[in-house]
Amino acid sequence: MELRVENLCKSYGDKTVLRKVSFTAGEGVTCIMAPSGGGKTTLLRIVLGLERQDSGTVMQSPGCRWAAVFQDDRLLEQLDAMGNLRFALGGELEEKEACRLLGELGLGAVGGQKVRTFSGGMKRRLALARALLAKTEALALDEPFAGLDGESRGKAVACIRRMGAGRLVLLVTHDKADAEALNAQVVAL
Amino acid sequence: MARKTGVRLWAVAVWLLVWQGASMALGQALLLPSPLSALRRLCELALTAPFWQAVGWSGARIIGGFLLACAAGTLLAAPAAKWRAVRELLAPLVAAVKTVPVASFIILALVWLNSRSLSLFISFLMVFPTVYLNVLEGIAQADGKLLEMARVFRVPVGRTVRGVYLPAVLPYFRSAASLGLGMCWKAGVAAEVIGLPSGSLGERLYTAKVYFQTPDLFAWTAVIVLASVVFERVFLAAVDAAVRKAGG
Repeated sequence: MELRVENLCKSYGDKTVLRKVSFTAGEGVTCIMAPSGGGKTTLLRIVLGLERQDSGTVMQSPGCRWAAVFQDDRLLEQLDAMGNLRFALGGELEEKEACRLLGELGLGAVGGQKVRTFSGGMKRRLALARALLAKTEALALDEPFAGLDGESRGKAVACIRRMGAGRLVLLVTHDKADAEALNAQVVAL
Repeated sequence: MARKTGVRLWAVAVWLLVWQGASMALGQALLLPSPLSALRRLCELALTAPFWQAVGWSGARIIGGFLLACAAGTLLAAPAAKWRAVRELLAPLVAAVKTVPVASFIILALVWLNSRSLSLFISFLMVFPTVYLNVLEGIAQADGKLLEMARVFRVPVGRTVRGVYLPAVLPYFRSAASLGLGMCWKAGVAAEVIGLPSGSLGERLYTAKVYFQTPDLFAWTAVIVLASVVFERVFLAAVDAAVRKAGG
């Protein structure tokens, strides 16, 4: 599994967001670091096929499937935690594994509670669980620790380390500590 | 604080008293029968088989037209939301159905169809544009971010429709159905009064008018109102249950 980004450029009107970005990512965590407004999210959106670049190329292994934590949680508020996992993952969801991961992330006791009643941190952890549980070769994680307290952050890092093993993980953050905790290759934009 | 706009029992009682008072003051049952005599006549009619046959005959066609319009409006709104060409193609048709007076359609329908299909066709025409336009708006309101998420996770179309589109569309569909339910009964019975299909509620209304059976006229009117209200309650309760299931 390999992702190769070459000379990627993207502008919105007069504002250039990505200027000739190049990097290669393989199995393991690759951390994309940039200040706010530095084009991190745009880069992930292009890699996920949600936006088109102005120029440059994104090449990845054929048949590569992605799962993602988006900048916002993008959960179905009318469903409970398991309902959200079933919606996104369908038949490939292993409920036993999901319960275990939800427990590890501190969501073991939410039961049938609707997501609309969750706190911001709980939603973030559920969005992370959804991505980690997907049986995909690659993960795009856009600030997955945003809004998490120290303890939750530690648990989330441990889960990414365990479930991201053997997969290509693109992690967007502006915190160097996250990259260090995950032994990540760092790409600065 | 939201004001209650529903019909209150005390207000109904006041208007019934006003009706009774006006009828007594006028003293001519032919012009304005009392609510009691209309109720008595309604009870008499309700004990006869032709009464229920007329209710069933008209109800089946008007409700049939309504349900067909709901199905057609929803089924056409889906491709119209996706393809601009379909939306543009349907726009003049929908605008024409919305603006052409119902009486014109009734006369045209009498030329094109037999009178037995009239109320079904008119009921369909009255409801279709409202359902189509509302469902189209509901689809447009579906959360684009959730749709992107579904795309990345490769969620199948059926599940995306249930999880993302349905919760967005159902409140719009409910509002269209509520509007359409009132219109389809009014327009459907009006069409029957003009087309006089045998055994219909409209024919009974017309007969009551021709023979100056004013209590019958009031009794049949009450039946139409009751049938409309009962079906509206049942249908909207079903939609509300679906809204709760889809939207929590």
